[in-house]
Amino acid sequence: MVSQINTHAEYLDPILIHHRHNACDLLQILIAAQDHYGYIHSDAIDHLSEQLQLPRSKIEGVAGFYSFLYLQPNGEYRVLFSDNITDRMLGNTDLMESMCGQLWVEPGKLSEDGLLSINTTSCTGMCDQGPAMLVNNIAINRLTHERVNAICELIRERVPVSAWPAMFFAIEDNIQRRDILLSSDFQSGSALAALLQRGTVETLQEVKISKLRGRGGAGFSTGSKWEFCRAAMGEQHYVVCNADEGEPGTFKDRVLLNNFADMVFEGMTLCARIIGAEKGFLYLRGEYRYLLEHLQAVLQHRRQQNLLGNGILGLSDFNFDIEIHLGAGAYICGEESALIESLEGKRGTPRNRPPFPVTHGYLNMPTVVNNVETFAATCLISLQGGAWYAGIGTDTSSGTKILSVSGDCERPGLYEYPFGVTVAQVLSDCGAADTQAVQISGPSGVCIAPDEFNRRIAFDDIPTAGAFMVFNQSRDMFEVARNFVHFFKHESCGFCTPCRVGTSLLSNMMDKLAHGHGSPYDFAEIEKLNVLLQSTSHCGLGHSACNPVLDTIARFRPAYEMRLAHKNFVPAFDLDHALSQARQMTGRDDTGAHLERSHESK
Amino acid sequence: MSQNKQASFTLDGKTIPYAEGQTIIQAAMAAGEYIPHLCFNPEFKPHGSCKLCTVKANGRQTASCTQQPQPGMVVESDTTEINDERRALLQMLFVEGNHFCPSCEKSGNCQLQATAYELNMMSPHFDQFFPDRPVDASHPEYLLDFNRCILCSLCVRASRDVDGKNVFALSGRGIKSHLIVNAKSGRLADTDFTGYDKAAHVCPVGVILKKRVGFTVPIGSRSFDEKPISATPHPTVKGA
Repeated sequence: MVSQINTHAEYLDPILIHHRHNACDLLQILIAAQDHYGYIHSDAIDHLSEQLQLPRSKIEGVAGFYSFLYLQPNGEYRVLFSDNITDRMLGNTDLMESMCGQLWVEPGKLSEDGLLSINTTSCTGMCDQGPAMLVNNIAINRLTHERVNAICELIRERVPVSAWPAMFFAIEDNIQRRDILLSSDFQSGSALAALLQRGTVETLQEVKISKLRGRGGAGFSTGSKWEFCRAAMGEQHYVVCNADEGEPGTFKDRVLLNNFADMVFEGMTLCARIIGAEKGFLYLRGEYRYLLEHLQAVLQHRRQQNLLGNGILGLSDFNFDIEIHLGAGAYICGEESALIESLEGKRGTPRNRPPFPVTHGYLNMPTVVNNVETFAATCLISLQGGAWYAGIGTDTSSGTKILSVSGDCERPGLYEYPFGVTVAQVLSDCGAADTQAVQISGPSGVCIAPDEFNRRIAFDDIPTAGAFMVFNQSRDMFEVARNFVHFFKHESCGFCTPCRVGTSLLSNMMDKLAHGHGSPYDFAEIEKLNVLLQSTSHCGLGHSACNPVLDTIARFRPAYEMRLAHKNFVPAFDLDHALSQARQMTGRDDTGAHLERSHESK
Repeated sequence: MSQNKQASFTLDGKTIPYAEGQTIIQAAMAAGEYIPHLCFNPEFKPHGSCKLCTVKANGRQTASCTQQPQPGMVVESDTTEINDERRALLQMLFVEGNHFCPSCEKSGNCQLQATAYELNMMSPHFDQFFPDRPVDASHPEYLLDFNRCILCSLCVRASRDVDGKNVFALSGRGIKSHLIVNAKSGRLADTDFTGYDKAAHVCPVGVILKKRVGFTVPIGSRSFDEKPISATPHPTVKGA
């Protein structure tokens, strides 16, 4: 027993020292511990509990919240197939079945020899190059049967992931259309120099004049947010960059961080100067773990250039540095107050608001939380002025927006447009043909049909955080909505009753329709649930969880009607289906192993 | 409004005075008005998770336990629309766990049951989830029947904020959220929990139960058998 605890201390102590035994870093410590040991051992929790002076119930509570943390052995190889609808459309279900078959493992279970586990995970942000997977949290894309077979072989031969062929880990940027941001030839330090020349208050003024609005989707005025935070009282102020890009179908931040990290960090530094912050965080979703070393190198380079650290650009009162925190598989942490909870090493439960982060954020201090794209845009504004920026786009939506285009089109990838571009224009540019529907801003956004393709991407028409998923006529829009509903169920934090239970009820109802037990009664139930979730849920996740279903019912009703096999209510429970386990166990599938039932045509 | 006149809002047309810092439900309860609730307990900081106390404040739906009133705010609570929603939330809580009132020691003293009676819930309506939640009977004096947990986290808050012990915590996420105890074995017997803890006496349902005192007060003579929950939202439970 004692020797075991010593073993855990061996790898935990350096991690604890690195994090200065700071309990706020609990999530980071748990991620590092699991990276080392494969899962979070019960003895490791004892050691952490003692060293961090935290009750083990709290540590277990935090670890249990995040999908990528395991409290039980989960294999030396932990394979997670991205299960967004775009992965489904590219055949991930077949690939996963094949892999499970080859390696003799059931989805979601540890293999008998303890070597591996295979499961699904929410969208990993690789929709332009799916089907995608994570192996020990490292991304592999463009899966084919050939590639999956090769991976099976590598696992069988126990080749460490670090020694797998480099081409497996190649990730493309796929930048298809560049505008002011993606075409900028940004020079490190230039936006900061412009700020120092113009003055801090004057630069804040420029951000306000630019009418820049948050790119995470909500569209709050960036200038106002910075101004409120600057005015808020607090011993410390904090800058947080939200790179927890979890909305299925979006991947722009992945590309921005890969190519424009310097610009993003400089935007954060501008904000720090304006609000008076000395510390910033970039919260990087766990799925983008592979970007961490690159981002650390960019930060280090900026420190060497005196663009971060103490006395930035020779100013004795300008001290600011940035720390990167990793997420661990929790979409809800993209909600700013849940993100802050997670930064503090807690379960990612959205806070009661007000108060808002601008006055009570990280450690209850005034905090600005902005999207990756927003921070990058502030550099352009510092360099070229607010009026220039406001002149691009539309009246209510200034500047440009980067769209992550995926699904049924010839050229998936990033498209940057001035706000106001029509959906039809984007479809034409990406080479989409025979389009049935576009899901804009992910499952929590809107799903539109061809008669609305003349609508515009803008805050006063179709606002978006960036996802743009295209579905052609061959796609079943019911299955699209069902995939999204399952996503919300998986990602609900569980804090409030309506979202915790309602997302499960909704998933069950959609499954009921899929299994041919639907009736108009179920339609009415779905609509009632929607009203309840919208009016009583704690945060936006619950408010929007029914959107995919309502949008598709409104626009693609035939996809649902073909599933309404019954005029009157029938229960979801299916006696014959309940016997399927017994059939599997006895290896029977003859008529005698089935209940007699009328085979209605669906 | 003059300086010395106390600020007030209206609750279903009745004027409710409030003090700075009070939330809608706190002011309403102080004025003797009942707003259905489960995770709220006047002795603890409002939590806002069960959403039973949802009201319409100036036309916008919000949890009244966390929402602070504004002068003259028009709050609607006892309306058909809101009570229908509350009933649906109760039904969700019933199907999420395993609630068999006739065999539950807490029957008649249970806030979930009493609130369901108050709001005329006649059936669970939704399909039951029938979760698998083993009972923890390890502790010599207390029993944990997780089947009835509604995740209000009152025991978590009581143990942490009053007892200074952290015996209870929530783990898991979403529909898999669940109550855990502070022991490597996962058993209550291996924690420092005692019957003197505040946490032993805050469960609004029948999760945390004292052993060997079951049914000392007969069903039919219990708190909510005598008076509905709207009359005594937080009675001192007989026999406790």
